Amino acid sequence: MKTQVNFLLAGVGGQGTILASDVLVNVGLAAGFHAKQAEVHGMSQRGGSVTSHVRWGKEIFSPLIGLGEVDVLLAFEKLEALRSVKWMRPGAMALINMQAILPLAVISGEQTYPTDDSLRQVFSQLTSNVAYINGEKIAGELGNVKVTNVVLVGALSALLENGILDAGEIPPEAWLKVITGRVPPKHVELNRMAFISGREAVTGNKNQ
Amino acid sequence: MIKMLSGNEAVARGMWEAGVQVASAYPGTPSTEILENFALFPNVYAEWASNEKVAVDVAIGAAYAGHRGMAIMKHVGLNVAADSFMYASMTGMEGGLVIVTADDPGMHSSQNEQDNRVFAKFGRVPCLEPSDSQVAKDMVSTAFELSERFDTPVLLRLTTRICHSTSAVELGEKAVSNFEQKPFPRNPGKYVMVPGNAIKRHPIIEQRILDIARFSETFPYNHVEPGDQALGIITCGVAYQYAKEIFPGASILRLGMTWPLPERLIREFAESVKRLVIIEELDPFLEEGVRLMGIEVEGKSIFPINGEFDPGIVREAAIKSGLLPESAHIPPLELVPNSLPGRPPVLCSGCPHRPTFFILNKLKVPVNGDIGCYTLAMTPPLSAIHTCGCMGAGIGVAHGAAKARSPEHHVAVIGDSTFFHSGIPALVNVVYNQSPVTTIILDNRITGMTGHQQNPGTGRTLLGQETVQVELELLVRSLGVRNVQTVAGYDVKAIEKALKTFVKLGEPSVLIVVEPCVLLPDVRKRWIPLEVLEDKCNGCTFCFRIGCPAILKSEQLDQATQRPKALIDPTGCTGCEVCAQICPREAIPFRHALVEINES
Repeated sequence: MKTQVNFLLAGVGGQGTILASDVLVNVGLAAGFHAKQAEVHGMSQRGGSVTSHVRWGKEIFSPLIGLGEVDVLLAFEKLEALRSVKWMRPGAMALINMQAILPLAVISGEQTYPTDDSLRQVFSQLTSNVAYINGEKIAGELGNVKVTNVVLVGALSALLENGILDAGEIPPEAWLKVITGRVPPKHVELNRMAFISGREAVTGNKNQ
Repeated sequence: MIKMLSGNEAVARGMWEAGVQVASAYPGTPSTEILENFALFPNVYAEWASNEKVAVDVAIGAAYAGHRGMAIMKHVGLNVAADSFMYASMTGMEGGLVIVTADDPGMHSSQNEQDNRVFAKFGRVPCLEPSDSQVAKDMVSTAFELSERFDTPVLLRLTTRICHSTSAVELGEKAVSNFEQKPFPRNPGKYVMVPGNAIKRHPIIEQRILDIARFSETFPYNHVEPGDQALGIITCGVAYQYAKEIFPGASILRLGMTWPLPERLIREFAESVKRLVIIEELDPFLEEGVRLMGIEVEGKSIFPINGEFDPGIVREAAIKSGLLPESAHIPPLELVPNSLPGRPPVLCSGCPHRPTFFILNKLKVPVNGDIGCYTLAMTPPLSAIHTCGCMGAGIGVAHGAAKARSPEHHVAVIGDSTFFHSGIPALVNVVYNQSPVTTIILDNRITGMTGHQQNPGTGRTLLGQETVQVELELLVRSLGVRNVQTVAGYDVKAIEKALKTFVKLGEPSVLIVVEPCVLLPDVRKRWIPLEVLEDKCNGCTFCFRIGCPAILKSEQLDQATQRPKALIDPTGCTGCEVCAQICPREAIPFRHALVEINES
């Protein structure tokens, strides 16, 4: 791995970003890195933006990432992906779940939700290292949209193997061990399937 | 064993390792999870107190009895508890007493960003500040040792970024409990703070803080990391992490005890560097202390006094002041307009508070709010909270406005837990001094905003035991309120009828609106999404006025009006039926009708 990786996870309350970042920081620890995580969530109501910072490296001090220093964006929702752009380094990796959760101002017609074209245009200017995924659909096919977050973590684990991690540095089993330790026993198999489906969805599926 | 722990989880672990016998707290972000996690350890006593002052008194009682007592709160909770904090400093205790304050730079979920280190100085009490989860855990034991050695309460100050950040912690063992049951002290000279005794205690605590200052010179968490002598940084808390990140080569003095200050250590450090800078969030607390020593130092002239820091903020401030070269600047990407639709927190779909505010909006009365989820009713379209200052404030404010002969009928709105916290004395005042204020107690059967904690009205304790439920209506009647009514939270008509009567009265009235929080596990089981009958909806928009995030605008336009019809998001709707009650065209069937429609 390069000396340091800064992950930004961005989503909407209730999408499972916290579990995903918990997995990410613990995978980092299990892989022998110094790892820190910071949850940036305010009031506990559903529907607000939720972001989480995760950092892996040889020696990590700040739990927060500075503006313009994100290496990897994992966006659970399209609008939150766009909101996160200012935090990213040019050329950073992005994995974007193509789900839209409409804020009240959009529902009431005061503001408009950005189009998919504008999203893709912004990210194509930012980086060539972007992948789009329909995690909710994949999770739905597995029988439970609640595992969308684990689908995304699976996809991320595969994408990190393209240049950010050294070959074999964190094998899929290491991810699965952390994930299965965090879900109720009856959901272990579902989450394992979600992780693997996420990996398969992005393998050979970049920039589509 | 190494484990990833948030700062809050780490403090809870530290409490267990330190053998804390009694822990009391009132929930408040970012501190809430400390007590929740501590309560999971075997054979501990932990309780939700009715407010922070009570929590501190409880911890003091345990410490008077010779045990280790701890009280935990968010920063503004210490305002509520200030009276008790101050007398504890005067008396000292038999056992250790540690008070946790979780400050909130950046106001992620608070009404201000006060810096509670000031309380330590004010109360002649030492203040400890960890910089990560490991230190947060270890400092709990250290704080108790300090407390017991110097016969003083200790303030353990956390901030949101310490509480809610996760880092690796090497776990320790539980300290062997050597706290024997001692007889409760009969020592009035020390524990009865009448003036004649207090005046003798004052010089003792002044001497105590001087003794602790001497001790702080060699306190292991006050630590110099030698580096380049061109720049010396004094820092504390999470700001230490930003200093290390942005100035990797600098000399650093990290203060784990931020009050009292180790003057000799600071002086020696200052003399060893060319330029001395202090990096601290919020107040120039260390800066003023260092400047009073006659040492030249920079701090708030470079780094902001307001808001939370992050590495980017520290870096850019450093560039501006010449501490870092211009080349260190990282320009943010300006690819996306700043006008993206925001996601301000809203009342949840199905929130049982919604109908009350829908009616209050309709009645156009001034509404004095309080601290809780219901403050979110200030936003359109409900727009029915007009003041909100702190816990328990709304009832007193409404009374004062009424006494100022405000021509309108004033309403106060307060949650169940907040009413137990500090609403009761304010309501007693309304009754005693008789004002025509209508107080609405929104009883959602839980403490909602902080994530579902038990309270005196729920019949359960933090440790899961069944207990007495304080009955709101009986309580309110016993205070002498003659006009009291209890209604169900989703009964729009009943709420409207009661409020229309109450706002015409010339004396105090109380409406208790009872309905469990829609996010409670038992309530979730009853969720059934409603739907809009497209042929009946004519796009009148009336249902949009309740501001429910599950009611969307359909792409279908009504033929006659050309307005979009309503559409219910089946993943968001809980089936609370508030929209069904107010729809003038019966276009949203009730739950029972829905079952019939689906069956036919």
